[in-house]
Amino acid sequence: MLGRLTWAAIPFNEPLPIISVAVVGIVILTVLVTITVKGWWPYLWREWLTSVDHKRIGVMYVVLGLVMLLRGFSDAIMMRTQQAIAVGSAQGYLPPDHYDQIFSAHGVIMIFFVAMPLVIGLMNFAVPLQLGVRDVAFPVLNSVSFWLTASGALLINASLVIGNFARTGWWNYPPLSELAFSPDVGVDYYLWSVQISGVGTLLTGINFVTTILKLRAPGMTYFRMPVFCWTALATNLLIVAAFPILTATFMMLLLDRYLGMHFFTNDAGGSQMMYVNLFWAWGHPEVYILVLPAFGIFSEVVATFCGKALFSYRSMVWATLAICILSFMVWLHHFFTMGAGANVNAFFGIMSSIIAVPTGVKVFNWLFTMFRGRIVFKTPMLFAVGFIITFVIGGLTGVLLAVPPVDFVVHNSAFLVAHFHNVIIGGVVFGALAGINYWFPKAFGFTLDERLGKASFWCWLVGFYLAFTPLYVLGLMGMTRRLEHIADPSWQPLLLVAEAGAVVIFGGILCQIAQLYVSIRTREQRLDLTGDPWNGRTLEWSTASPPPAYNFAVLPRVESIDAFWQMKRKGRPQAEPAYEAIEIPRSSPAGFVTAFFAVVMGFALIWQIWWLAILGFLAAAIVVLIAGWSIEREHEIPAAEVAQMERAR
Amino acid sequence: MTSAAIDRISPELPSELARGRGGGGPAPKRIVVAYGFWIFILGDIVMFSALFAAYAVLSGSTAGGPTGAELFNLRSAFIETMCLLLSSYTCGLGILSAERRKAARFLIFAALTFVLGAAFLFIEVTEFARLVEKGAGPSRSGFLSAFFTLVGTHGIHVASGLIALVYLVAQVITRGLRPAVLRRLLCWSLFWHALDIVWVGVFTLVYLWPS
Repeated sequence: MLGRLTWAAIPFNEPLPIISVAVVGIVILTVLVTITVKGWWPYLWREWLTSVDHKRIGVMYVVLGLVMLLRGFSDAIMMRTQQAIAVGSAQGYLPPDHYDQIFSAHGVIMIFFVAMPLVIGLMNFAVPLQLGVRDVAFPVLNSVSFWLTASGALLINASLVIGNFARTGWWNYPPLSELAFSPDVGVDYYLWSVQISGVGTLLTGINFVTTILKLRAPGMTYFRMPVFCWTALATNLLIVAAFPILTATFMMLLLDRYLGMHFFTNDAGGSQMMYVNLFWAWGHPEVYILVLPAFGIFSEVVATFCGKALFSYRSMVWATLAICILSFMVWLHHFFTMGAGANVNAFFGIMSSIIAVPTGVKVFNWLFTMFRGRIVFKTPMLFAVGFIITFVIGGLTGVLLAVPPVDFVVHNSAFLVAHFHNVIIGGVVFGALAGINYWFPKAFGFTLDERLGKASFWCWLVGFYLAFTPLYVLGLMGMTRRLEHIADPSWQPLLLVAEAGAVVIFGGILCQIAQLYVSIRTREQRLDLTGDPWNGRTLEWSTASPPPAYNFAVLPRVESIDAFWQMKRKGRPQAEPAYEAIEIPRSSPAGFVTAFFAVVMGFALIWQIWWLAILGFLAAAIVVLIAGWSIEREHEIPAAEVAQMERAR
Repeated sequence: MTSAAIDRISPELPSELARGRGGGGPAPKRIVVAYGFWIFILGDIVMFSALFAAYAVLSGSTAGGPTGAELFNLRSAFIETMCLLLSSYTCGLGILSAERRKAARFLIFAALTFVLGAAFLFIEVTEFARLVEKGAGPSRSGFLSAFFTLVGTHGIHVASGLIALVYLVAQVITRGLRPAVLRRLLCWSLFWHALDIVWVGVFTLVYLWPS
């Protein structure tokens, strides 16, 4: 009746997960009770849970990413603490089984449920506004995407208390991830949560490619699009071209595990190397899926806070597209040591070095934009400067790793761990934090507190260097990654420094929470009435903060790059435009309900409760069919109402 | 986008903006929906390409079991292929009738398409059953895992295409051929043709190659 699910699935004998789950449970319960007592459910349901407005969906994505950041970060600090104290005869506080789950969960969560939601959320919020249009191409689909991502996050968190998580590392290589060596539910939790959220990501990719290529304000030719839109286009093209590979690969692994097939098994003709190749054929583009939007955010931030047009806009665009294509030609550098042979390694080593060239072009573009600019050091700009320095270091260690002989020495070591955290924290996380500080006033109508923002920046920057520079050194000293116990006591001092760095980063996170709290408390004094708090250049700043549901009462006419800057220089027209009625998409519960059944189905599949899985699937399919039946999805805001709202600005 | 549509959206735009460089403003819904669906098909084909790659890698990994040349019946695969290709033809005729708002003719062609698609599925399922009976099921070897997954994924696509066809026919009957329904029909036909293209790949790589 309940498949593999029994009371034994809940780890009552392990205090750590039980306590953390109890704390999280109490927090969630408090939030739910507060919402119920205050009677906020109707508002939440109407305005957020069923919303198909790209701005609302963007905000929800960012909130999801930030909440999961807390989860992923607590995994990180647990690992750092274990490594700092489990030295020599000391065994630390985490048993190996638990430690292995933590490093796997940390990687999966940070990539799929922190970095992706943050990046997709910021694209959701900003891209349609920058393009000067009213929504994305498929608003209901957008809501489905978000809720499927949230479903995956929910499933992965369920593994904390019901069952366990994979102990395979975030890339989940077979044969370890095959049924023979991972017979319990851990790997299934990983696979199904990523499969479900992966469908959401693919739908996002389709949605945004269509939006950017087919829906732009009149006059916005391709070479007048803001750079962030270009990078979003490249990222979503990569999503469409790469995520289906991951879906197919995980499907094959699932078939191995559920139906006894032999894609990647040791026996009966399976090939583990095929998994590794397929995984990284998705995995390397994924790196650029994450970092390209960050590049776009920095381009916007640098241009805005230097009061200058971005240096060499066209080379920035071409560099973005070059990276987009090259990212598919370097995947093998993730496994140089697996014996593909010298010639193959040489090819991929050279390609990996070449990809540094367009990235270098971008760095020079940012630097030359700052050169003789009137730089205003607001929080987003600080993150941009911190990014440029940090990312260059991370990029250089990446070029080192791209040299196969060097890679043979440091592969699978703490050096590698330091390298990819260097580019992902320095690039993606700094980019997302810059973007949140930059667009927050647009989303909510008031600015974030600068002092706490700057404090959080310095904590993140200093904490990052403290936490990861020692790992470079340790890697060169021979420390491999994912060690649960440190045999060599001479490594301990550096591990303690890394631990201190993690604590400083925690300080940065606390500053951000305080920043949010203080800013909301003092929002009356920090209202953004102009809609343009940073003297911005692109169209999102031309509308009110927060923007009305329809974004623009009249679609802007674009005559150049930095369209809003041009409008400000020409001066706004005095006469009131003739307002027309605006059709905006109706909210729809389809996304939320589909995702609910997707969770039911995923959970049932993990625990092999077949009847429930079939039921969940059928219910989700029926919801899709019902949603597909409707004809009228728009509702109209009459012209008079539009005029009234615009005059009130 | 037609020039009339551009004029409707932004009459005062200089024509040089509208031509080729994408400055004509938001495209009409018909274009947007079809374009998005093309991108979806692209993603679907990328997924198939991963399955094709897996089949190519594993096609020799028979683990001492039967090979493709021993198992496959080229004649039934050929009949199967003809069913699917013909169903694409009738699908095309059906869409042409729908675009001319000839609902009755559309329904006839839709029925033909359904019958041909169902015949394809029937032959495929029979072949699968025959293989499993012979002890050549998907868990026999890496080669057979890849075969069943590649061909079976295509089959699941065909089956969901048939369900979608019934669903859309129901929309045509209850709502008539209004623009929203027509848009969905066009997307469905794109999907159906794409399945043909994938099948041509399957037929060549899986059935023709070993013989």
